[in-house]
Amino acid sequence: MDISREKLIEMYERMVTIRRFEEGAAGLMRDGRIKGFIHLYAGEEAVAVGACFAIGKEDYIASTHRGHGHLIAKGGDPKNMYAELFGGRDGYCRGKGGSMHIADLDLGILGANGIVGAGPPIAVGAAFAAQYKGERGVSLCFFGDGATNQGSVHEAMNMAAVLKLPVVFICENNLYGEYTRQDRHQGVKNIAERAKAYAMPGITVDGMDVLAVHEAVGEAVRRARDGEGPSLIECKTYRYFDHQGIGDGVADRPTEEMEAWRAKDAIVRFRRHLIQTKSLSEAEAEDIDRRVAARIEDAIAFAAASPPPTEDELLTDVYA
Amino acid sequence: MRPIIYLMALNEALQQEMERDPTVFVTGEDVGQHPPMGVTLGLLQKFGPQRVVDTPISESAILGLAVGAAAAGLRPVVEIMFIDFLFVAFDQVINQMAKMRYMFGGKAKLPIVVRCPCGGGYQMAAQHSQSLEAMLCHIPGLKVVMPATPYDAKGLLTAAIRDDNPVFCLEHKKCYTLTGDVPQEQYELPLGVAEVKRPGSDVTIVATSYMVHEALHAAEELAGRGIEAEVIDPRTLLPLDMDTILKSVRKTHRVVIVHEAVKFCGFGAEIAAQVAEAAFDALEAPPLRVAAPFCPVPFSAPLEEAYLPNAQDIVDAVSSLTPAKT
Repeated sequence: MDISREKLIEMYERMVTIRRFEEGAAGLMRDGRIKGFIHLYAGEEAVAVGACFAIGKEDYIASTHRGHGHLIAKGGDPKNMYAELFGGRDGYCRGKGGSMHIADLDLGILGANGIVGAGPPIAVGAAFAAQYKGERGVSLCFFGDGATNQGSVHEAMNMAAVLKLPVVFICENNLYGEYTRQDRHQGVKNIAERAKAYAMPGITVDGMDVLAVHEAVGEAVRRARDGEGPSLIECKTYRYFDHQGIGDGVADRPTEEMEAWRAKDAIVRFRRHLIQTKSLSEAEAEDIDRRVAARIEDAIAFAAASPPPTEDELLTDVYA
Repeated sequence: MRPIIYLMALNEALQQEMERDPTVFVTGEDVGQHPPMGVTLGLLQKFGPQRVVDTPISESAILGLAVGAAAAGLRPVVEIMFIDFLFVAFDQVINQMAKMRYMFGGKAKLPIVVRCPCGGGYQMAAQHSQSLEAMLCHIPGLKVVMPATPYDAKGLLTAAIRDDNPVFCLEHKKCYTLTGDVPQEQYELPLGVAEVKRPGSDVTIVATSYMVHEALHAAEELAGRGIEAEVIDPRTLLPLDMDTILKSVRKTHRVVIVHEAVKFCGFGAEIAAQVAEAAFDALEAPPLRVAAPFCPVPFSAPLEEAYLPNAQDIVDAVSSLTPAKT
């Protein structure tokens, strides 16, 4: 698959942005500057970026409780995302949603979601709307291995298959549903096999390889746009932090396992690939890293200065 | 105006809105090929399978489809075959469609109508006969209408479809075959406006859905005894028009609230509490509720009959409050 050099570099920069954003968020939480639940995406960057770079601005994504990465990959601005984490008025949800509910319909983001497995039926609805309007739009739907044990996910896959809707189901199999290992929460090893039940293509890809994800999602998006219906893509990946919060998960996961996955780090690997293929020089890569670090720093400063909503906003926007 | 039955009034509202607005579509189990209650009859033939969408038996996916489609600019009208089936999909109702706008800081608009046949009286037993309006009314972000007559059905459903919020239209199965005058042309009945179905001076009866008709029968009976009951149908439960109810109570000084749902934690408790809070000084007797007992809806005919509130129960309740005028 041919991807322009500019796009490759943009993908790299986006992955680094997600990683730095999450590290920044972890730091803010450690310092007690932000509160509430936080589900960090670090480690899984290749999935969000590989997938979202296969669609356009007008296409939709439905995200999860671990949503920061998807949002940045789809074009979310770290300034407004951090502001939301601070509960500030400049947040994407004016401080009313928080980490688990960041959304921007103008960017085609149907929202992060605090309920595991709730996003897929909604993504199916956005795909229905695209088909209904006769647009060639698609809907990407992210969910984890744990969510594939929820009935709503299966209902959504079946509905999309029956109505031949332009949806790509993207399962981020990070091996744990919350704190429970995959082999203790489901019978299948490769979740892609579940696609057979809905007569749709199901493939498993290396979720630490951004180009592999991009290629697989790209093909599924082509099928969807051509009216051939939904697909399921399972991306084998790994999260670096705890399910929730900023712990590193040592209490629940074997150290050797964590080290093995970190050795496959998607960003390190992609950077090496870009340098080896001469798409990027060391110096350019360092430039990008510096630029991203500065952007994250600015975004945090912006968000920290964002005033909280005033009490008169308590009752606004319950109804349209 | 010409007389038509309630379900045809709903059917007409759907047809006319679909003709007027191409973003309106209808979906649910068997709504196209084999409409369960008949409300969507003829729509598939007229508008085609793109706008009248039969679905698998998957309430979560149906309601989720409505949420996603509405967020992306359409106006879905969903039929949940029996209100009882909502429970398998309450996440999409309560955590998703009701909260999205607020959680997203006002950026989402969810113009969804969910039509649900409800209520007992046909020996459909405990999982096909419930009245669950109070549960929905407990959720900020939703609106709830319960039309009792063909005229109200057409006007409220039309308004519900045009509303930019999720609106539940709860249709009592016993109402479907009631006949009443309905204008051919389109009209909207604004949500949140109660109607005095019968004026009276001695007692206020607030009744919802099919119980409006039982209350009107009771009022006739009471009139024979010299008691003039004012019957009020809120029509929309959420938002609730308390002004009309309070105005009546200040005139009659007595209130009886009637619904088919279980009395405990039922919608009547809300009305009674609000009356007590706002018009305690006007009351000459405690607010009373006539509602179902605290048990599932039974199957056997005599048990179901004993379960469902009726005109006689209302007459008895009113009589206990009002000195007889003979």
